[in-house]
Amino acid sequence: MFVILGDDGILFSLKMSNFFQIIKKEKIAPNGFLFRIKAPEVALHAKPGQFFVLRVNERGERIPLTLVRWNRRSGTIDFAFQVIGKTTHLLSKLKEGDFLKDVLGPLGRPSEIKYYGTVALLAGGFGAAAMLPIANALKEAGNNLVTILGARSKDYLILEKELRRLSSKIYVMTDDGSYGIKGFVKDGLEMASREYDIAHAYVIGPAIMMKFTVAACQELGIPNTVSLNPIMVDATGMCGSCRVNVGGKTYFACVDGPEFDGSQVDWNLLLNRLSAYLNEEKHSYELFLKKKGVLPRGKEKKA
Amino acid sequence: MAKKKRPERQKDKSIPFKERISTFKEVPLGFTVRQALLEAERCLECKRPRCIEGCPVSVPIKDFIQLIKKKEYLKAAEKIKEKNALPAVCGRVCPQEDQCEKVCLLAKVDKPVAIGKLERFAADYEAKKLKEPKKPDVKKVSPRRNIKIAIIGSGPAGLTCAADLALMGYRVTIFESLHEPGGVLTYGIPEFRLPKRIVRREVNYIKSLGVELKLNHAIGATLQLDELFERGYEAIFIGVGAGLPQLLNIPGENAVGIYTANEYLTRVNLMKAYLFPGYDTPIKIGQNVVVIGGGNVALDAARTALRLGARSVTIAYRRTENEMPARIEEIEHAREEGIIFRFLISPVEFLADDNNVLTAIKFQLMELSEPDESGRRKPVPVPGKFETLPADLAITAIGTKANPLITKTIPGLKLNSKGYIEADEFGRTSREGVFAGGDIVTGAATVISAMGAGKNAAQAIQEYILKKYQIKQKI
Repeated sequence: MFVILGDDGILFSLKMSNFFQIIKKEKIAPNGFLFRIKAPEVALHAKPGQFFVLRVNERGERIPLTLVRWNRRSGTIDFAFQVIGKTTHLLSKLKEGDFLKDVLGPLGRPSEIKYYGTVALLAGGFGAAAMLPIANALKEAGNNLVTILGARSKDYLILEKELRRLSSKIYVMTDDGSYGIKGFVKDGLEMASREYDIAHAYVIGPAIMMKFTVAACQELGIPNTVSLNPIMVDATGMCGSCRVNVGGKTYFACVDGPEFDGSQVDWNLLLNRLSAYLNEEKHSYELFLKKKGVLPRGKEKKA
Repeated sequence: MAKKKRPERQKDKSIPFKERISTFKEVPLGFTVRQALLEAERCLECKRPRCIEGCPVSVPIKDFIQLIKKKEYLKAAEKIKEKNALPAVCGRVCPQEDQCEKVCLLAKVDKPVAIGKLERFAADYEAKKLKEPKKPDVKKVSPRRNIKIAIIGSGPAGLTCAADLALMGYRVTIFESLHEPGGVLTYGIPEFRLPKRIVRREVNYIKSLGVELKLNHAIGATLQLDELFERGYEAIFIGVGAGLPQLLNIPGENAVGIYTANEYLTRVNLMKAYLFPGYDTPIKIGQNVVVIGGGNVALDAARTALRLGARSVTIAYRRTENEMPARIEEIEHAREEGIIFRFLISPVEFLADDNNVLTAIKFQLMELSEPDESGRRKPVPVPGKFETLPADLAITAIGTKANPLITKTIPGLKLNSKGYIEADEFGRTSREGVFAGGDIVTGAATVISAMGAGKNAAQAIQEYILKKYQIKQKI
């Protein structure tokens, strides 16, 4: 094994750059996990707003996930995910010490971090994970941060403590009112806008949440940035699976994004494209669960 | 002198038709030993073999065919590999009719020697007989041990450049962004034209020459080019291809059910979506599939759609069959398989339902103009004439362009107006120590021309290193 000197004097082993070992696994929600994995090259080059692609095994699909934290010294990256299908199910079954098959990153354009004044961070569900590095960078750039964090219920809230630490005020919203204020992120935004002069908003979460939150921003006249999550394959600009329509023009979210001006995004098209493979995904997941004995045999629907 | 009658040009068999259109098995079976011997017999053994001049990588065609004649099949394979590290690939996907076989002297009086099929035969024979492919005996010229060279992209250009440099004695590392090596050979060309086990075998051979392969490394994202110099690579070859798909820029283009050929083929070939749900990447199975374009990629996409179970597959091309850039053999194959060809129509709009799912494509009817000064007949719209074809799946195969992911991240690298890297015929770019070749320089072309560019660049890199170390070249 040979060792090289990184650009800022950090020693790490390049030979290991193709072994993506899981260092830490943490359950952070009923269906969600936070992983820390070895990926020294990604950690060395990561910037806020960027993502990476992983493959669980030899037959696996490539899925994009946002970078949550990274440590150049230890060569690790953190990411969070929810179990929503076969790939994330397989991922959730891996243990500390196991390896991921492939990791490629960092990808996408980094966030354009600058001083706005007061910035509202509007995070829905696991969007909070993607928001964290952006929040850190915005804070460092001198912005005053007001965070509105939304989730289904108390158990599904993630990274509240971390975001609270960075924010001068945090509004926690739950759909069922089991914690914080009952309501959606957009309701929290209305409250916050009465108290603060919000210069800019970052909106990250499920597409449907972003659609409605951006509409609320527009009503309040708040310019906003969103981080889009379309289906990707190679995620390097090669295939066009992730095309989105922004301001009437077609962009590839993987290389032109993932961040765009939310007010210009064609949300319905994004939602339609996100559900393009719902039947196939459902079929594949049910087949898998049936094989595993989780679902009774013969009960799955045909795709 | 008694004149021996020359055998007819041999034709290899194909797999049974039914199996052919419902599976991804390779269509042509290749020569049997008997056929190879008969075909080799046809070679005139010209004093000045034009076929070799017609080959972008100068495969010693005459010599290897002679070896086949002598039944020295393994030596024939070894001979090819002196110049060509990917013989089984080239034997399958090269447009021989435009290269070696076009200039074969025999073509003047008879059909040319089936050089491509013979190349495939030698490579496949070796693979069948030997577990470990033999390395050709080439003199090492690297001035010192451990001179590190980086190759970006593991497609035909990068693999060829890497193999040549490794044979010269350099320490070569290939950086590949995807999780599998091979570039277009892996993600682009379908299994039924180029089985992936063949690509893997040839990549393994190149690795056996001492080439290191780093997958999941997108230069320009994972690492910047200049970091490679900082890490001790003394020269860099960029062979990243032209990976960005062109779009039609017409209304409705982002509807569900419209794929770029790149996405469609990547899902099927690289991600093995044709084995879904055995593999996890899904693909839409169309009932009425329309492929837009007239090149080899359009044909690959159409034939793939057919194999996935489409009821009808139509190729829509805005010129006529005469202008189709696809290989004649591929057009024939597609016709045999039942693919419908529609000429002189050009899409103007994709129509979709309320959920943005594709339902039909509106086409403008075209005609060819009178030849212009260059003699070319351009397709021009027939005013007011439109036709709508029902389609639940459309694939656009209208070409690719340079992916700015790498070119835009290299300071000081000169690009041309189309965004391709400016390089001379030996791949020398505006940056010292940076070489480039293949589609990223020329725009989309063929596997073999990219290999030729990789080969030339390997030569130029060697000259550059020798000069850098001020060592007089003595070969």
